Amino acid sequence: MDEPAISVTGLAKSYGEIEAVCGIDFEVARGETFGFLGPNGAGKSTTINMLCTLARPTSGSARVAGFDVVAERDRVRRNIGLVFQDTTLDNYLTAEQNLRLHAELYGMPRETIAPRMKTVQEMLQLWERRDSLVGTFSGGMKRRLEIARGLLHSPRVLFLDEPTIGLDPQTRSSIWSYISSLGREQDITIFLTTHYMDEAEYCDRIAIIDRGKIVVLDTPEALKASVGKDRVQIHTDDDEATIAALRERFGIEARMAEGVVTFGVAEGEQFVPRLFDEWDPAHPPIRSVSVARPSLDDVFMSYTGSTIRDAEAGSTDMMRNMARMMSR
Amino acid sequence: MATESTVPPTPAALASGSGSAPAHEIPGLHVPSRSVRGELRAIRAVWRRELIRFSRDRLRILTSLVQPFLFLFVLGTGLSTLVSSSTHGVSFRTFIYPGVLCMAVMFTAMFSAASIVWDREFGFLREMMVAPVRRSSIVLGKCFGGATVAGFQGVIVMAIGPLVGVHYTLGLALEIFALQLLLAFSITAFGMMAAARVTQMQSFMALMQMAMMPMFFLSGALFPVNKLPAWLGVLNRIDPLTYAVDPMRRAVFAHLDIAPLARRALDPGVTWWGWHVPGLLEAAVVAILGLVMLAVAIAEFSSVE
Ligand SMILES: Nc1ncnc2c1ncn2[C@@H]1O[C@H](COP(=O)(O)OP(=O)(O)OP(=O)(O)O)[C@@H](O)[C@H]1O
Ligand SMILES: [Mg+2]
Repeated sequence: MDEPAISVTGLAKSYGEIEAVCGIDFEVARGETFGFLGPNGAGKSTTINMLCTLARPTSGSARVAGFDVVAERDRVRRNIGLVFQDTTLDNYLTAEQNLRLHAELYGMPRETIAPRMKTVQEMLQLWERRDSLVGTFSGGMKRRLEIARGLLHSPRVLFLDEPTIGLDPQTRSSIWSYISSLGREQDITIFLTTHYMDEAEYCDRIAIIDRGKIVVLDTPEALKASVGKDRVQIHTDDDEATIAALRERFGIEARMAEGVVTFGVAEGEQFVPRLFDEWDPAHPPIRSVSVARPSLDDVFMSYTGSTIRDAEAGSTDMMRNMARMMSR
Repeated sequence: MATESTVPPTPAALASGSGSAPAHEIPGLHVPSRSVRGELRAIRAVWRRELIRFSRDRLRILTSLVQPFLFLFVLGTGLSTLVSSSTHGVSFRTFIYPGVLCMAVMFTAMFSAASIVWDREFGFLREMMVAPVRRSSIVLGKCFGGATVAGFQGVIVMAIGPLVGVHYTLGLALEIFALQLLLAFSITAFGMMAAARVTQMQSFMALMQMAMMPMFFLSGALFPVNKLPAWLGVLNRIDPLTYAVDPMRRAVFAHLDIAPLARRALDPGVTWWGWHVPGLLEAAVVAILGLVMLAVAIAEFSSVE
């Protein structure tokens, strides 16, 4: 019973030349909500696929709900619920038919199926639409139905691969309220992936994953505290000259992030007056300055050297992602 | 199929079954360990999904009737003016009817098998693949579903038999029904086997077209299989569809009241090195091929990640 819900040691997966996941270790305690945060192509989905027995690890091992993902596939499968990154619903069946098929595949005792279907559909506010074809559902409703389906057989561990991608902010926050209430009220462990920083804040702990490696793993608060710096961004007409000026005059290593000169300092508010006092008229004039408290973006930046959006912009997966979002 | 009898529910299952306070139920108890009953339920669930989807697809039922009608009434009627001298008074339409029935079943079965390619494309295959049941149950359910759908289509084509001079007795109807169901199953198994490897819809359809057309033309659906030039005779005997068309034609002709000469000319039966292959053996050939392909399909789906 004290065994962690998920424990992973040296887990790796390569597809030919590509090392999608290169040796990761972590543990997730029972009842915890654990987030995997990383840019496109970081290896998040690959990790989930290995944990849910759909992909065989190249090396390393993992246990989920107390069972080995390679040797005890079936037991793992019986104990997990899954929401994949791309929808896996049958559009030509009604919501209820989708759920019933799932219940049959998972061999749920017959007499529990109907009440349990009602429970999950009510919880995710789908009860009124239970007889509609899934093809007529909006993206948010489909996502909710998938979560309902993942919960139907009362799994011990629920995997959510980017549960809110492509949804509007309102739907995102409502899905998050379901997820957090799940973690609180039921003894269920949640493993999720996201590349929205604000969503990672909902997790008990997060791991930042970049190019197949876990860069850092801690609670969101501890991570933010570890950065300990405010983020300052300066707009001028000449970014190159500005970076050079910051280096000479203040000894600060600034870099470009999201198209703006960006750097971290311990006390942002006190730094700004000093900046203007000492800014040489020969330097390009400052158009605007912004100061922000450390966020997970800064955590990401300080550990990986780029912001998550920049990491994604450089990735060819971006196109795939956009296509996916538009097709929703 | 699984029986409807209920197992005694565990106390925990009952407690959560009441629908109240799911907060303190013991998670994971809803999914029992793997059993024959569980596999049968999975097979039936997958099978039922195919039927639900088919019943929603009225257009497909209709469009797949176009081809048999064209063959029977356009090609059949047109050619009968040309071949009437050599059919000994038997309508050419009656002659090609068994072959056309096989073709209709074959194409429907192929489309049914194609649905697994769509399932992969739209992700639903993953939902089935990750379920705690054997992959073989998923493949079997798909295969039975496809065969049922194709068999249903076959029944519709069976129903137009009287229009082309095939008048059913109960025995004949049952015989034809069983044969076409067998064919439906084997072709679906063939499609599933191909779908395990070919993941793109266009390639799958092209491949199927490439396999189906020669199979149909070589099978003797449109001509008697004796007196063929040697090369065509060999190809005809290799073609699996031959062994579905021939027993069906035999059954139909057994119920026609015609001269022995006409029977010998139009329904000569398939021979292996001069030996007349009995109908039951022909059906067995179709069945065994189907089972072999099903086994290959199961093996392939079980090994993919
Ligand atoms: N089946 C596959 N065959 C080959 N390469 C693969 C396969 N699946 C994933 N990859 C590669 O593995 C790497 C990690 O992919 P993965 O899908 O795990 O990323 P991700 O973190 O989920 O990204 P995203 O945010 O875009 O979903 C990528 O470079 C990807 O191209
Ligand atoms: Mg992913």
